[in-house]
Amino acid sequence: MDEALLRSLTPGVLAILVRRGADFAAAEDAVQEALIEAVRTWPADPPRDPKGWLVTVAWRKFLDAARSDSARRRREDLVEEEPPPGPAPSVDDTLQLYFLCAHPSLTPSSAVALTLRAVGGLTTRQIAQAYLVPEATMAQRISRAKRTVSGVRFDRPGDVSTVLRVLYLVFNEGYSGDVDLAAEAIRLTRQLAASIDHPEVAGLLALMLLHHARRASRTAPDGSLVPLAEQDRRRWDTASIAEGIGILQTALARDRLGEFQAQAAIAALHADAPTAEQTDWVQIVEWYDELTRLTDSPVVRLNRAVAVGEADGPRAGLAALAALDDAVPRRAAVEAYLRERDGDPVTAARLYAEAARRAPNLAERDHLTRQAARLNALLSH
Amino acid sequence: MAKYLMLKHYRGAPAPVNDVPMEKWTPEEISAHVKYMNDFAARLEETGEYVDSQALAPEGTFVRYDGEGRPPVTDGPFAETKDLIAGWMVIDVDSYERAVELAGELSAAPGADGKPIHEWLELRPFLGSHPTITE
Repeated sequence: MDEALLRSLTPGVLAILVRRGADFAAAEDAVQEALIEAVRTWPADPPRDPKGWLVTVAWRKFLDAARSDSARRRREDLVEEEPPPGPAPSVDDTLQLYFLCAHPSLTPSSAVALTLRAVGGLTTRQIAQAYLVPEATMAQRISRAKRTVSGVRFDRPGDVSTVLRVLYLVFNEGYSGDVDLAAEAIRLTRQLAASIDHPEVAGLLALMLLHHARRASRTAPDGSLVPLAEQDRRRWDTASIAEGIGILQTALARDRLGEFQAQAAIAALHADAPTAEQTDWVQIVEWYDELTRLTDSPVVRLNRAVAVGEADGPRAGLAALAALDDAVPRRAAVEAYLRERDGDPVTAARLYAEAARRAPNLAERDHLTRQAARLNALLSH
Repeated sequence: MAKYLMLKHYRGAPAPVNDVPMEKWTPEEISAHVKYMNDFAARLEETGEYVDSQALAPEGTFVRYDGEGRPPVTDGPFAETKDLIAGWMVIDVDSYERAVELAGELSAAPGADGKPIHEWLELRPFLGSHPTITE
């Protein structure tokens, strides 16, 4: 059975139920039940019209739930056996679902969970496994999120930047459990790009494609990190890179620059270089200048210092780093790299060890510890 | 979204404000304490932030490899061990600030005279397994 097809139908089916007068929370539950039934019955008995099947089953589930819940009896006035045809759901409905699930009243983790379920069509169990929390906890997180947005009007346009932040969070979570969240984020961003014409949506999609193209080369078979300069570029996914660059160029031509387009431009310059040595660092620094202008985040300035170090030498990189607070994550790792290139392995080894102690994840910690060990071995000879 | 461990110590944490050993509480005070802990866990499940909680027996054994073909060596428990873990709760929250807030609430569990223990809990972030993209 084509699970991707099944899940791509989710937002459209949900929108039809909401258009027919079902409230969002109940409709969402009904669609989830219909999806589970589809997974169970379609392999043996595939429907001719998958979407029609889902709408029929989800609507029946919704009616059953409304009837069995005596507290909801008043709502039965609304639901009739023969549903009104209602206006045909359009791509706008899908867009409204994205806005609702990323509503600013939700915490980031709630918005992520609700988006993956209501728009992505993942089950609560799959989402719980992906985020390594118990299924009961994830079920509560989702039902609270639905309560939070229950008063939000479905037909109001939302802020696309909140949606992009949620999708970016999903993408960065990568891969755990049986769901590839990076691939799911790309699918959802692609679907969003089909419903709204916005250069930053295109920018985020391009950024994801360009990053994802390098995924296979980013880790060694033993799970250790491979830095960009050492990656086997033959393993990069050229089709994905070409698609990302094409989408980015179209977006940039509209002359409405935003942070995702700028980040994608940097990723494109890396992806374009046949060897690490041929990387156009001068242009990358210029894009970091744009990004600094757009966001002025310390993380951007840290990455800019790396690029300056490559473009103008480690001294210039260290000078760019000087203004940054010690508390900025990964600052010690960047300084260690620049110190080593500047011919100071003693300081570099000390800073790598410090960076390892402050690393936010195991792969990075192990990578930085190995860097410190490599320098210490050199120094002891 | 980050996971934190809230660690309770039998020994090794600074002394709490309401520092009366549990065996000197009244049975009702013990029940109130247990209920507070259970209610706290139930509330976190409802907010979608609960991951796990476990209590540990105070007496443990040290074990180590003793070479090919030999059974492992066991030793202890060591009465002088400074740090003794009593149990933990794992939470999954949106921010460090939220983790601190929850640890503060857990530390307010009632003890002797029904007053908060003000127990020191150790809050430790998990190291994630996969890297965030930062190239």
